[in-house]
Amino acid sequence: MKALRQWLPAVVVLLAVLVGWQLAIAVFDIQRFLLPRPTDIGSTFWSERSALWSAGWYTFTEAVQGFLIGSSTAIFFALLLARFKPLGTAMMPYFIAANAVPIIAFAPIANSWFGINKGSKVAVAAVLCFFPVLVNTLRGLTSVRPSQLELMRSYAAGNIEVFRRLRIPTSLPYVFSALKIASVLAMIGAIVGEYFGGTQEQLGIQIKNAAALFQFEYAWAAIVVACVLGTTFYLAVGLVERLTMRWHPSARTAQL
Amino acid sequence: MSGPHAAAVSISGVSKTFEQGSTVALDGIDIEFQPGEFISLIGPSGCGKSTLLRIIGDLIQPTEGTVLIGGKTPRQARLDRDYGMVFQEATLFDWRTVSKNVALPLELTGWTRQRRAERVEELLELVELTGFEGHRPWQLSGGMQQRVAIARALSFEPLLLLMDEPFGALDEMTRDRLNIELLRIWEAAGSTVVFVTHSISEAVFLSSRIVVMSARPGRITRVVDVGLPRPRGIETREEPLFFELATEVRELLRESHGAREAV
Repeated sequence: MKALRQWLPAVVVLLAVLVGWQLAIAVFDIQRFLLPRPTDIGSTFWSERSALWSAGWYTFTEAVQGFLIGSSTAIFFALLLARFKPLGTAMMPYFIAANAVPIIAFAPIANSWFGINKGSKVAVAAVLCFFPVLVNTLRGLTSVRPSQLELMRSYAAGNIEVFRRLRIPTSLPYVFSALKIASVLAMIGAIVGEYFGGTQEQLGIQIKNAAALFQFEYAWAAIVVACVLGTTFYLAVGLVERLTMRWHPSARTAQL
Repeated sequence: MSGPHAAAVSISGVSKTFEQGSTVALDGIDIEFQPGEFISLIGPSGCGKSTLLRIIGDLIQPTEGTVLIGGKTPRQARLDRDYGMVFQEATLFDWRTVSKNVALPLELTGWTRQRRAERVEELLELVELTGFEGHRPWQLSGGMQQRVAIARALSFEPLLLLMDEPFGALDEMTRDRLNIELLRIWEAAGSTVVFVTHSISEAVFLSSRIVVMSARPGRITRVVDVGLPRPRGIETREEPLFFELATEVRELLRESHGAREAV
């Protein structure tokens, strides 16, 4: 009941937008290649559901794989850089410079490096996830208060203990906010990677081809699938965050 | 190395110069604390009282001079977990419950779960926090957090307790109450306490001796013996001797730092 009341305003907004959209098309006589009717998108979404969802799932697995590879590599590097400060000082400028490179620009090249199928999309998604996770994790690992370090030192705690019992728990809120960003980036990376060449079972290819063939309802329905999967991914990471960080002061106020 | 009559803390010729701007934080500190004494270090900001505490705890190295803790070097004393430390902020870990915060040092030394649980129970009883085992630090008031920190510092039954303005961030009523509690805990634990404070009345109320310090460079102005009888309680603060001692300390602080910096 409480959940219903919480979600009701959002549902009302959604319905209002859809109705307004439908009416606007009728009133202003908008061409269907510009904006198809929500009802048409809806009926395509239903009639083509098996093709749409299987393509969506294919692309989703690319995104998840890229996310897992990119984020875990980033966390590993962050631990390394936090542990060995000189290494961090030496490497950080290059990481920052590399971060400024528009990774998407590499998508066509990734095709020849990692293959036209899954490999190149996973690679683009992984690289997109890498930098935000690296930078945030590193910041989390080093945002320990001096008195907390003195406390650990007064217990003669070694480096591994300091990481395990102080730095890593401190970094968790930073890591999770980065992972949430990364989940969205992974989906974007996979789909945009597909635009530069792929196979028929990929969602990005289906969107591209449908638009080229004037099947705008299908393209829009595919975008809805991408939205649903992307949001699910984001919420799943958020759920893991909440389960992991029940101890966090922010747990007092439930939030997404 | 540790002789039977070794001082709890013996400081000789300790100086500390910080590299940045070559500030002389401490200059030629010589003093000994006897086992079981309650020592307060008082002085204006910049007199090096916190620095001295950290040198005793081997968290900072002195530029010159030596410190011995029960006859050992500070490093050895730290590795042997001979002292417990309490900071101005409680420095509790949010991701741990009250029990697990208190148990942290015991975990680090590899006590078994069973032994830890027993010790934690005793300690929480000592600081009167029984019933709060499963709470998170942020669910407690500032005073309660500081009591958890004290319990944690006492977990090894250390011979020496180093306290850096532990009640400095608390309101005066909580501070007075915790002062009385700290004396009770100190009497039960029997350890030597070195207590850094800004508060004259706190120093007089708690201490066996007060080390009055001056700033730039940090030096010992005078050591004041506090002859107030024990056990001390609320009425102690109303005794004439209490006022005399507080006045003496205040004048010593004023003499060495000018009226502006006197508390």
